[in-house]
Amino acid sequence: MTALLEVRDLHASYGTTRVLHGLSFGVLEGGVTTLLGGNGAGKTTTLRALCGMVLRTGEITFAGRSIAHLSTEDIARLGIAHVPDGRGTFVRLTVEENLELGAITRRDRNAIAQDVERVFGYFPILQKRRGQQAGTLSGGEQQMLAIGRALMLQPRLMLLDEPSFGLAPRLVRELFGILAALNKSEGVSLLVVEQNAALALDLADQAYLVETGRIVFSGAAREIREDEKIRRSYLGY
Amino acid sequence: MLESVPEPAVPDVLAPSLIGRNGLMLALLAVALLLPFVVQNFLIFQLTLVLVYAIAIIGLNLLTGFNGQFSLGHSAFYALGAYVAAMLMDKVDFPYPATLPVAGIACFVFGFLFGLPALRLEGVYLALATFALAVATPQILKLSPLEYWTGGVQGIVINKPDAPFGLPLTQDQWLYFFTLFVTVIMTVLAHNLVASRTGRAMMAIRDNPTAARSMGINIALYKSLTFGVSALYTGIAGALGAIVVQFVAPDSFTFLLSITLLVGLVVGGVGWIPGAFFGGAFVLFVPNFAESISKGLSGAVYGVMIILLIFVLPTGASGLVRAALQRLRAHKIQ
Repeated sequence: MTALLEVRDLHASYGTTRVLHGLSFGVLEGGVTTLLGGNGAGKTTTLRALCGMVLRTGEITFAGRSIAHLSTEDIARLGIAHVPDGRGTFVRLTVEENLELGAITRRDRNAIAQDVERVFGYFPILQKRRGQQAGTLSGGEQQMLAIGRALMLQPRLMLLDEPSFGLAPRLVRELFGILAALNKSEGVSLLVVEQNAALALDLADQAYLVETGRIVFSGAAREIREDEKIRRSYLGY
Repeated sequence: MLESVPEPAVPDVLAPSLIGRNGLMLALLAVALLLPFVVQNFLIFQLTLVLVYAIAIIGLNLLTGFNGQFSLGHSAFYALGAYVAAMLMDKVDFPYPATLPVAGIACFVFGFLFGLPALRLEGVYLALATFALAVATPQILKLSPLEYWTGGVQGIVINKPDAPFGLPLTQDQWLYFFTLFVTVIMTVLAHNLVASRTGRAMMAIRDNPTAARSMGINIALYKSLTFGVSALYTGIAGALGAIVVQFVAPDSFTFLLSITLLVGLVVGGVGWIPGAFFGGAFVLFVPNFAESISKGLSGAVYGVMIILLIFVLPTGASGLVRAALQRLRAHKIQ
């Protein structure tokens, strides 16, 4: 497999506060990479840096092309869909309008309509709520909407920021099952940032441990899962 | 997985209400067409002004209600539209209907250019910047180097147009129909804009600018374009206002006009286009009504009325109409 996303020596800061101190990692074409770490490790900032939402330096290559100097909207147009923390719901628009907004860069009307139905296939609850104001959905439904909306971009890479956050355990398992299915059947590569390490390691093939803006360990997800020392000292399970 | 999902019930509910909606529109239009034959000339003039305000409020609504940008400077766009129309008629004998597109384009360009630096400002800061624009405009219009064109403090007097093609209409009736014609076009265009993908992008920026960018929406472009279109609407309203009132002068376009439009926007309902007509009627008739209650305290009476209205109808006329429609629909289903 070749690398779809390659990040080398990524630094990022909010104002004068440096948050990332030289991260290097990658996502394989068709692969799933996870960044693990506790609160304040810099996981969310990493995704924001990739999308050009914070000041960043370093090399970011997507499908062989440098994107380190592109704006957020141009990065999205290249096929990188960001499912942000807080879900980024357009609260006053309907579920269906939210989904259509995901495809706002596309012109192929019929295919867009088909993709809306496809998203409903993955998340049937969204179909029941299609005409409802998105702000009235539950947390779990909004997370599904955010993922569905990201799919509408027909992305090659999806960045997911703590998809499990604030969801009931049963729902979390269901959601990760759907993410695995998306990865397999839609061929979307995933970069998943998570605190729930057990779950993320089951989904991922590559994993990186982030602590205070640095990568402290990296390897195949399977290895980390089986390495008890790392599990205990970094992941706490 | 798809098969297990029940058919959505949405289209069935929507279909009859769409017919009902069009029927309601046609009925309202019929009333609007008959009104000038049953009321007196001065009321016709006032109704014409309601329509003019409505166009301006739709412009403000596109910016504030649908795109989330605040403006206390729309009196400046209104003034620009009014002066462009007045100067064209006064200096180069432009036919009055032809002044509207020129005024609209001038305001679009000005609004777009103003929107560019305003991109860096949000919320109260944008409100302040636009406030400065509103305060500066009357003074600029009074400047003596510009006096040849603007008429300085005196302003410009415009001739009242007669009904064309020998139509048996008074001047007031004709101006009413002319304004109504423009209003209908502008309302339909605004409705279509909001329903289009551009409109959806505008609203996405209002709801969540960061997420909108992640969808690939160029926020800078959409925000300044919305500023331009909003200014275009308000400018066309200004041009119509100049033609209807037959007079422009700097002090007709003070900061207070911006507030009047804002009041109309809130009273009609932020983010609801037909609300502009309720808002327009409110800002035109209610101050007069307040004055009839107490000459000395008319401002205070007007203020109390606004406060009461906000208490009773926090979402403006839009909330009232929506509740009524819902009740009607519930009745039908039973």
